[in-house]
Amino acid sequence: MMSWLASPRTGGFAALLAVIAALPLVLSNNYFYEVAILVGLNAIVCVGLNLLIGYAGQISLGHVGFFGLGAYGSAILSARYDWPPLAALAVATIAVALLAYVIGRPILRLRGHYLAMATLGVGVIVSIVAATEDRWTGGPDGMPVPPFKLFGGTLSGEGAWYCVVGFLLVVTVWLSLNLIESPTGRALRALSGSEVAAEVSGIDSARHKVLVFVISAVFASVAGSLFAHYSGFITPSKLTFLHSIELVTMVVFGGVASTYGAVVGAAVLTTLPQLLTVFKDYEMVALGAIMMGTMIFMPKGLVPSLQAWAGGSRVRKGIP
Amino acid sequence: MSLLRTEGLSKEFGGVSAVDGLSFAISPGMVYSIIGPNGAGKTTLLNLLTGIYAPSGGRIFLGDTDLTGRAPHEFAAAGVARTFQNLQVFFNMSALENVMVGRYGRERCSLATALLRTPALARAERACREKAAELMRLVGLAEWLDARAEAMPYGALKRLEIARALATEPRMLLLDEPAAGLNAAEMREIGELIGKLVSRSHTVVLVEHNMRLVMDVSDQVLVLDYGRKLAEGAAKEVRRDPRVIEAYLGSAAATVH
Repeated sequence: MMSWLASPRTGGFAALLAVIAALPLVLSNNYFYEVAILVGLNAIVCVGLNLLIGYAGQISLGHVGFFGLGAYGSAILSARYDWPPLAALAVATIAVALLAYVIGRPILRLRGHYLAMATLGVGVIVSIVAATEDRWTGGPDGMPVPPFKLFGGTLSGEGAWYCVVGFLLVVTVWLSLNLIESPTGRALRALSGSEVAAEVSGIDSARHKVLVFVISAVFASVAGSLFAHYSGFITPSKLTFLHSIELVTMVVFGGVASTYGAVVGAAVLTTLPQLLTVFKDYEMVALGAIMMGTMIFMPKGLVPSLQAWAGGSRVRKGIP
Repeated sequence: MSLLRTEGLSKEFGGVSAVDGLSFAISPGMVYSIIGPNGAGKTTLLNLLTGIYAPSGGRIFLGDTDLTGRAPHEFAAAGVARTFQNLQVFFNMSALENVMVGRYGRERCSLATALLRTPALARAERACREKAAELMRLVGLAEWLDARAEAMPYGALKRLEIARALATEPRMLLLDEPAAGLNAAEMREIGELIGKLVSRSHTVVLVEHNMRLVMDVSDQVLVLDYGRKLAEGAAKEVRRDPRVIEAYLGSAAATVH
């Protein structure tokens, strides 16, 4: 029983389901639901980003670009061309996957700081295009996005959105856990462990880096599409460089190379600023202090550190 | 028919020849050792034979296949596996998973299969786990089956790399200084392990500084000096070769001998 609960595939997954199912009991108004939905969308992006950063050991400071492309792709196709939102989402996602592949091929040859710089460029370009191509995007003022339609009905109300985003988060986590435990996932983890050893073990490192880059871009794009439909309005102010940094911070804060860490990181760093409003002027100081404290005392991030403490001696003996 | 063959293999770094016009052939089922003083080009040669470096000149054949200029993962797919002198272990994984990575070429699956974890994949994973455990027992790591790699001592990590290399089911296994940093007992065990591998009809290429180990296990020895072939032959012949003694101990020692 204990081993069943301790295994991420079963215990952690059951906990995630329980939290998502139980949360509506305490979400007493629409504002809480709104925060919960934002947590869910951020968590979807972070689970994908964690595959890239945490498991494969690469970096991207431009994932807000893929989030934005999904959002604007859905917005433009459904608002300007009257496409059904689901078709718009699908086409936007495929386009982002192709773009990520084309961008990923050359830039993933770079490492470390250089890769960070190149990916930074991706995010910056998307936000500039969104702000300047006003015939398509409405420019800095943004554009309205029609509501999402599913199975003939319109998706409206915080409760319905909560269910859809919650369901998608569960699917995202499930796919991520599956991937990590597969030969492909081991290949990704091998890349961050030792690229040269991965290569001589038969792993095509370039191919796998691009693969995980595309997967993480797809997760971000889907979240972006849903965000656009959910908020009903999209502006370039959602696509700032700062938001890319926030996404990476969520992954690192929750714990790199931990799928649940990405979810927890997204949850904590999305809700914390809302909770800290009680500090009024000192809100950002409090947030900064909490983040610094966490990284000093839990350098591996929230979830892995808590797991290590709970596991205690087991971990020290080297038993997983 | 030789298993591995090089023709005029060369590697230059900024005009300096690290490996210079090397031609040799390795027959299947033998232990072929490469020795030489520090800086003789042994590690460069090993990097050439696994595709980590692209040669500046010459060719490399595995069986009939020309592997010249191929990437390391293509060398691995063709059947060349290696260990590293300075460990290259995946410290972000368990010991068993390290070995399972070696089975990538045999177990690889489509992205959809990986994402959905089909029942067939789950079965294949169990079999893969079992094979990896078997290899860990073979190299003497039975007690570390449940360990994380980062918790293992140096000597055990050296064996872990051997198990990972074996997991690729290689036609040829390259060991880069497997005895470096080991004590006498551990070194004897590595010697026994190499013997065990040969008895299972593995072909082993050994780069090693420790002469006792080399003389004990080698069928054939290649001596390098300044990237060139100084001598090649059976272990006993090579040991008596005055040119070899000179390269190792200086010319005075060669005359005294």
